[in-house]
Amino acid sequence: MLTTETKRFLVDKVKTVRHQILTMVHGAQSGHIGGSLGAAEITVALYYHLMKHDPKRPDWGERDRFILSKGHCTPLIYSVLADAGYFPEEDLTTFRRPGSHLQGHPFQPKTPGIEASTGTLGLGLSTACGMALAAKLRGEAQYYYVLCGDGEIQEGQIWEAAMFANKYKLNNLIAFVDRNYLQTDGYSEDIMPLDPLAPKWESFGWEVHKIDGNDLEHIILTVQAAQQSEKPVMIIAKTLKGKGVPFMENAAEWHGKPPSTAEYETAIQTLY
Amino acid sequence: MEFKKTRQGYVDGLKELAKTNDKILVLDADVAKATQTFEFEAAYPDRFFNCGVQEQNMLSVAAGLSLEGFTPFASTFGVFATCRGGDQMRNSIAYPKLNVKVGATHCGLTTGGDGASHQANEDIAIVRSFPNFTVLVPGDYEEAKQATIAAASHDGPVYLRFGRDAYPVIPAVHGEFRIGQAKVLQMGNDLTIITTGIMVSEGIKAARMLEEQGHSIRLLHLPTIKPIDTAAIVEAAKATKGIVTAEEHSVIGGLGEAVAGVVSEHWPKPVLRIGMQDVFGESGQAQELMDKYGLRARNIVEAGQKILTQFYPTI
Repeated sequence: MLTTETKRFLVDKVKTVRHQILTMVHGAQSGHIGGSLGAAEITVALYYHLMKHDPKRPDWGERDRFILSKGHCTPLIYSVLADAGYFPEEDLTTFRRPGSHLQGHPFQPKTPGIEASTGTLGLGLSTACGMALAAKLRGEAQYYYVLCGDGEIQEGQIWEAAMFANKYKLNNLIAFVDRNYLQTDGYSEDIMPLDPLAPKWESFGWEVHKIDGNDLEHIILTVQAAQQSEKPVMIIAKTLKGKGVPFMENAAEWHGKPPSTAEYETAIQTLY
Repeated sequence: MEFKKTRQGYVDGLKELAKTNDKILVLDADVAKATQTFEFEAAYPDRFFNCGVQEQNMLSVAAGLSLEGFTPFASTFGVFATCRGGDQMRNSIAYPKLNVKVGATHCGLTTGGDGASHQANEDIAIVRSFPNFTVLVPGDYEEAKQATIAAASHDGPVYLRFGRDAYPVIPAVHGEFRIGQAKVLQMGNDLTIITTGIMVSEGIKAARMLEEQGHSIRLLHLPTIKPIDTAAIVEAAKATKGIVTAEEHSVIGGLGEAVAGVVSEHWPKPVLRIGMQDVFGESGQAQELMDKYGLRARNIVEAGQKILTQFYPTI
């Protein structure tokens, strides 16, 4: 159970991050807002409560790693990394601009705290498998967290990685699927049905948890249980795309559309 | 003449590397018996990972291993690495400039019986166009081994191209292997022949044939397609009337176009390209396919004669 104080701290962080996401995408007039807003609780729970990491030492060997496999949600990860202190917050205003280290999709060589370059969907889970395998070879005990989109797991490579993680018993791998049922072109079950999702991952040899991905406490307790798993873990996190801004919630159109200034101002007001 | 497999050079190089470098890991995608990496598995079972028939996953896994400080060699057929795994080679490996080596065997027309689906004749073109990738195309067993060893000490992505067949051993190319450096096999002032990969033996034969006709032939072998040895090519362009390139690969995007690019920008001279003429191959014995698709010394000679007689009729 989380203390009231911890809960309040995390809830405030989620608001800060959502505010930054809106500001970044509005400022750049480009970027992916809906999925970033919806996965804010997962990312905040990891970076502010669950992960062992040190923003002052991004290369610290014993750190836990987070890989954003749904690479388009850079507004989310950049907001968290800046707030945590990996790089100055003013860098966020350079998002998607020439010369910026904040590329539209994660670029590991340039951005402190970004662990793997992703972008075309399906790469990140495999990359994380390679990293988690490396930790096993070295006999190290850190965790590798991955955030996949639900549209993303329509990619065949994801299921290749699912087999691989099972074969090499990568129980240091804890992945989330951000299950918001929306993808670029609409409702996931119309575009390419994924349900029933839990049995798919179970049949691939993974431990599966189904949670409310916008519930901080639920996320934290589930990850703490997942850390004890003998198998790779998939957490199917039901989220609300666009969460926190009512007119963006559960609307596929806000997958990759920037808000106008009027929409931005309204959105900020609804956050608080 | 002795014949040996270039893919054997690959695994012999890997085994030698592993003796002194504990960062070396080898991955394969269910073709270990063909790429020969099964020999590495037998010698170093804890450092070998068979990913099954999953080239895409294997290449991204290799990226992850390199992010953690290992030097993985991801091994499969050229077609599977560059076509099936093109996105992973580009976005997982090339873009972040990771220290991943891709060992591609069964490249080129001489893959033979499996037919066009398995004959990578466009892999050089694909990988060459990815920034950060070094592209090595060794000419025989020994050079394949040298290239593999050199790849490990180069920090960054390297594509290593090997064939399926046993190819002539060419002592002339066994000098020091340096990434980016052409091997000048002989100097000459009338015509330059530039080969890569296993076409070196045809290039040497062609030079002999042209010499018998009284021509002075400069012979360059390029085991590195990228970065290309601009200086050696420009020097050859200046010294001779033109260049014939020969590669077991499409004339589109491979050695020929790389050389033509250098020549046209620095010292324009005719460049004629021997290679697959924008067609798919077919099933057959390596030797009969090389005859049928024009990858022979006589094809190099014909192109050379064209340059020596037609392009500069007054010289």
